[in-house]
Amino acid sequence: MAPQDNSIVVEGLVREFKKGPRAVDGIDLRVEPGEIYGFLGPNGAGKSTTVLMLTTLLPPTSGTARVGGFDVVKEGPKVRSVIGAALQEAALDPMLTGRDHLRLQSTMQGIARAERKERSNELLERVGLSEAADRRVGGYSGGMKRRLDLALALVHRPRLLFLDEPTTGLDPQSRTALWDEVGRLAREDGVTVFLTTQYLEEADVLADRVGIIDHGRIVAEGTPSSLKAEIGLPSVHANPVEEDDRERLASVLSAFGELLGDGSRDVVVRLREGLAGLPAVVRAVDDAGLTLASLEIQAPSLDDVFLAKTGRSLEGAGEGEADAAEPTA
Amino acid sequence: MNLAVLEQVGALARRSILRTIRQPAAVVFPLIFPIMLLLVNSGGLDASTKLPGFPTDSFLAFALAVPFIQGALFSTMNAGTDLAKDIQTGFLNRLSLTSMRGVALIAGQLAGVVVMGLVQAAFYVTVGLILGVDFAAGALGILVLFGFAAVISISFGALGAFLAFRTGSGEAIQGLFPLLFVFLFLSSMNTPRNLIGVDWFRAVATANPVSYLIECVRSLIITGWNGEALLLGFGFAVLIGIVATTLASFALQERLART
Repeated sequence: MAPQDNSIVVEGLVREFKKGPRAVDGIDLRVEPGEIYGFLGPNGAGKSTTVLMLTTLLPPTSGTARVGGFDVVKEGPKVRSVIGAALQEAALDPMLTGRDHLRLQSTMQGIARAERKERSNELLERVGLSEAADRRVGGYSGGMKRRLDLALALVHRPRLLFLDEPTTGLDPQSRTALWDEVGRLAREDGVTVFLTTQYLEEADVLADRVGIIDHGRIVAEGTPSSLKAEIGLPSVHANPVEEDDRERLASVLSAFGELLGDGSRDVVVRLREGLAGLPAVVRAVDDAGLTLASLEIQAPSLDDVFLAKTGRSLEGAGEGEADAAEPTA
Repeated sequence: MNLAVLEQVGALARRSILRTIRQPAAVVFPLIFPIMLLLVNSGGLDASTKLPGFPTDSFLAFALAVPFIQGALFSTMNAGTDLAKDIQTGFLNRLSLTSMRGVALIAGQLAGVVVMGLVQAAFYVTVGLILGVDFAAGALGILVLFGFAAVISISFGALGAFLAFRTGSGEAIQGLFPLLFVFLFLSSMNTPRNLIGVDWFRAVATANPVSYLIECVRSLIITGWNGEALLLGFGFAVLIGIVATTLASFALQERLART
């Protein structure tokens, strides 16, 4: 395979841990050069374990993966030379400044001495941390840490970038700023981005294609719009004023389509006839003498895709599950 | 070791020093605590110098060797805790994703520990001089003392690194710290071995390598040039260093599961 290949090709990748089930259970995927691939799933689905394997930090139990044209098991150093990664926690030293981090990272990445300072300044400018560059990282906000983390991942001009839940815990403004930067990297620099997230909106806005993972298996894959089109039908979310009416409401609505449990207090039904069925729903609720506190129509979302594929809502689906356990080897 | 690896060692050493000097407690405590213990001991145990055969009439001069070893023990804990923190926070993963060589990580961390060890040695020597201790081996002896401080910093620092790579837990290392202090107290730190009256204690102190480390430093302060003490002291320090560095290298290989 040509060394300029910026793709990710995974076949039958498995990772078993001593305790618990297979964290990654035979996944296949392909990410094209310059593409932003969103890897969506709840906590404990196997996202981070996959990233650790693709970035050579964890050997797979079986299966193959080629990143940037190199085998992650047999050609680890070559893989590392073409990838950048910002892993789940922004692993920064609170005692060092942002500039100290970039200096250390550029030396460790073998950037020529003459180029280090210029590259550091360029990246600090790019992620908007020039003014804070000489402050210790311990005083940075979550968003600033994430931006520095991204800058560190870019020091050696990687062709592929792995971002493991890069916006978890960030405020909306910081999240949007990071999305803009990631989008720019793919669009302008042709960097292939593999991004894990548990945020539907993030995958929807940012990713060219999305893979949905649950219990170590990819349950759906495609562009966000194609996945939503697969589900196709909108859903009605209704909430009765009287708690005792919930069962009766469910019974009435079940005549109009499949009842869904979305994990909230709402009674949810996917409308068999689409929006055309809405007037009949309203009439039926009225005829049954039910009073509603709220009634909403929702277009299909990635959560609906997840729900359709797994029978559970993505929100809170992974609570109580751990993403990693002790390795067997 | 090629230039790139040397640059990595330099960068990691710089980081090790920066993170230490930016935590005042990590600098001040290893300097002050051993000196406080020295002053308390030399005040309370000064009468020991009246024992027949005691090698000096100044207990302060006799006990000044102990802070050097205590400082090295602090190096063990600091080096280990810092590395364990890197494992726990994922910083080691960040470094693993670069072209870092394992040897650079250990050497860089130890280089930082050596610098701190030399600062500690300079402080203890200065305090000794201010308190009127006459260094029997003279200025050259003080230089040898600095060399010895560097060697034991490497040896004990490597031990700390091994514990960090093995356990991956700062709490575990801090839990082991009192155990290392037991080695210090079961040595000839307060009494020359030939004057220890309790048989089992003398036997333990004789078998304890820490006794020879202390006696090496002590010889330069109160005796002058004692070839046997220097040989035993440097010999044990180097031996501990080789064993600890080898163990740390293997433990690092295991810890860095990268392909």
